[in-house]
Amino acid sequence: MLQWLPENVSTFGQSVDSLFYGIYYLTLVVFILVMGTLIVFLIKYRHQEGKRADYIEGSTTLEITWTAATTVIVFGLAMLSYPQWNNIKSPTQFPENPDVVVQVSGKQFNWDMTYPGPDNEFGTDDDLDLENELHVPINAVVHIRLTAEDVIHSFFVPQLRLKQDALPNRFIDVWFEATKAGRYEIPCAELCGFGHSGMLGYLNVHTQDDYDAWVQERWPQ
Amino acid sequence: MHDNEHASHHHEESFISKYIFSLDHKTIGKQFLIYGLIMFFLGGGLALLFRWQLAYPEKPLPIIGASQQYMDEGEVVTGADRMWERIYESEKEEWLEVNMPNGVVEPAFYNMLFTMHATIMVFFVVVPILVGAFGNFLIPLMIGTRDMAFPVLNMLSFWLAVVAAIVMTVGFFVPGGHAAAGWTGYAPLSSDAQWTGVDWGQNLWAISLLIQGFSSLVGSINYITTIINMRAPGMTFFRLPLVVWSLFIVAILLLLAFPVLSSALALLIFDRLAGTTFFTATAEGGGDPLLWQHLFWFFGHPEVYILILPGMGIASELIAVFSRKPIFGYRSMVYAMISIAFLGWIVWGHHMFQSGMRPGLGSVFMTTTMLIAVPSAIKTFNWLGTMFRGAIKFTTPMLHGIAFVSMFVIGGLSGIYMANTPVDIFIHDTYYIVAHIHYVVFGGSLFAIFGGIIFWFPKMYGRYMNDVLSKIHFWLTFVAFNCTFFPMHILGVGGHMRRISNPMQYEFLQGFEGMNIFITMSAFTLGFAQLILVFNFFWSIYRGKVAEQNPWQVTTLEWEAPTPVPHGNFGQIPTVYRGPYEYSVPGEEHDWTPQAQPEHAPATSGD
Repeated sequence: MLQWLPENVSTFGQSVDSLFYGIYYLTLVVFILVMGTLIVFLIKYRHQEGKRADYIEGSTTLEITWTAATTVIVFGLAMLSYPQWNNIKSPTQFPENPDVVVQVSGKQFNWDMTYPGPDNEFGTDDDLDLENELHVPINAVVHIRLTAEDVIHSFFVPQLRLKQDALPNRFIDVWFEATKAGRYEIPCAELCGFGHSGMLGYLNVHTQDDYDAWVQERWPQ
Repeated sequence: MHDNEHASHHHEESFISKYIFSLDHKTIGKQFLIYGLIMFFLGGGLALLFRWQLAYPEKPLPIIGASQQYMDEGEVVTGADRMWERIYESEKEEWLEVNMPNGVVEPAFYNMLFTMHATIMVFFVVVPILVGAFGNFLIPLMIGTRDMAFPVLNMLSFWLAVVAAIVMTVGFFVPGGHAAAGWTGYAPLSSDAQWTGVDWGQNLWAISLLIQGFSSLVGSINYITTIINMRAPGMTFFRLPLVVWSLFIVAILLLLAFPVLSSALALLIFDRLAGTTFFTATAEGGGDPLLWQHLFWFFGHPEVYILILPGMGIASELIAVFSRKPIFGYRSMVYAMISIAFLGWIVWGHHMFQSGMRPGLGSVFMTTTMLIAVPSAIKTFNWLGTMFRGAIKFTTPMLHGIAFVSMFVIGGLSGIYMANTPVDIFIHDTYYIVAHIHYVVFGGSLFAIFGGIIFWFPKMYGRYMNDVLSKIHFWLTFVAFNCTFFPMHILGVGGHMRRISNPMQYEFLQGFEGMNIFITMSAFTLGFAQLILVFNFFWSIYRGKVAEQNPWQVTTLEWEAPTPVPHGNFGQIPTVYRGPYEYSVPGEEHDWTPQAQPEHAPATSGD
């Protein structure tokens, strides 16, 4: 089933995929065991003439066993997941000194990208506004200041394994580092009105040379 | 007590007081059941409309859609073309013209369709049937009393639900259309008409849910009071059947959860009509869109357990009865339900992992959410334990009980992916979530509902439902259900967002066209299979085979009452001597020992 996952092109995407695969195999085994037991029971203990069910009220040992086993497994899984989650989402753990900082703002029904320009400050004359096109270099840490103008949108890049809601009047920081050049879609993942379907931006991951050329073209020196 | 007064009254009842404004819990239960079945068709029909759009985006619907020639050249070919011709020629803006010109679902209409599908299924189908119908019909009969504690409140609960349904239905026909901000109604999309163009639709949505909230509140107070105060002599709490336990716990959840939704809805109405900004962040300050999400999900997660716990209760009855065995670990089943209900209050944040809520909170909510796997596993293993060394009879209700357990296992396991915060980053707001909720609420609750209807039908109407039709309905539903919802997991793994009206607008979803068509075909099969159930239901009320008093040989008290159950239920209130699941007791002549059968041998129950 997991071969349907889109190709991963971010540095942290692998950790998401590993957990995805881990849980997939865990749940698959549990599913097969439980369904297998159920089917065996249904066949073996089907009603037969003259045969009565055994009077069994329960077993404290078994109850304690499966309670404890499930608790250990789910806590273990949670433990494994905390660091990955913090790595992706906690601003205090983001890689410092980003190579690129961009503000992305969702509005019905477009993504507005704002580059701060050479002075690295938003709100100055050298800012660059682009509609639905995000340009970043490969193998570089990108910080995004995510916000929205009207309603809630959600910034989703399937190949980066990244999704974050964008809220009006709030700036949420997200980061990523793309590992493969290409053009990827940025759909909106949160219902945002009648144009929600088709609200679509593009992430252009350039090689360093291409990116430098793009910067040179936009801000000629 | 007023033991025999009721029994003598029922001869004088008029048609209206007997069938319309009835105070009898059984009639009110049946009213809720028929109400739920009617709304089930409305909610299901909406789903088929948007499923068509997902499979064949921007193509006209079958039968009512215009022909290609008509759309291209204006040439009237079919009857549907004539209908559209008339609609376009008419002076006023026709409903169909606004929402689906030529039979093609408009994007705004699409949003309304899935919003109302979920709203109706959750608030007007599953809760009214599970809690309203089964709760009303079963509680007094199973605890051994003559009626609910407050019969007038009980009637009020039903008629408030009817008013709510009428208000909700009116919303379809107001200018601007019905609510289209999702059943979760996230602000600011829902709190300001300028973002959706929906005007009174969203207001009526909120008002209707407020009324439905009062209905639930009144009902839950009634259930709690009845179960605490009116149990038959000898019916201790740990002799209550599990379905009564589940309804008791659910009544407490409803009592505590619904006021939170009501408050949020009231604030939403203020935002929309009085210019407040509870859910809108403005430059000057004001409110916060996340406040709505916290309030909604603080209600919404307990609501999810309101939808599944009675299903668990019903499945427990079916599995014990048809395995002819006591419930394995009765007390741990009760404690597991209490744990689920308690944990339900501290997991709401898992709906908000990607919402912008502080990431540290995400970790906390992941932990509490994962813990729910524990009581869920306990219940599943106990159902298996109940079948272990049983004498399983594959009656149609039992098939539904087994389907419930299997589907609940899938729905429970898929929940682990979403509880896991890193994985949720990817699958949040995708079809994975849609698959999960339908495995729990359709695969879980609805199979329990179907099983429960067939199981208690002989007590409700004194007749059996037709078994051949029931079996056809079961197998069609089971297969079509899995064909409809299982592939949605795969869509989710592919990143297919929910709530988009046209997946073909996205490059990365091009490969899913065939799967969407398959899902739609299965959904239509699933929808039409339900016609069999409804036909069988109404036909059997009049023509079904007459049932004896206790056709399934069950131990619990509702089967002590004569069939059909008279007003006042029991000739003499039964006394309870043992627990509810005394099946195949060694040394007994029969393989069931009714709760009300006086002791003639040493007691076998733990109580």
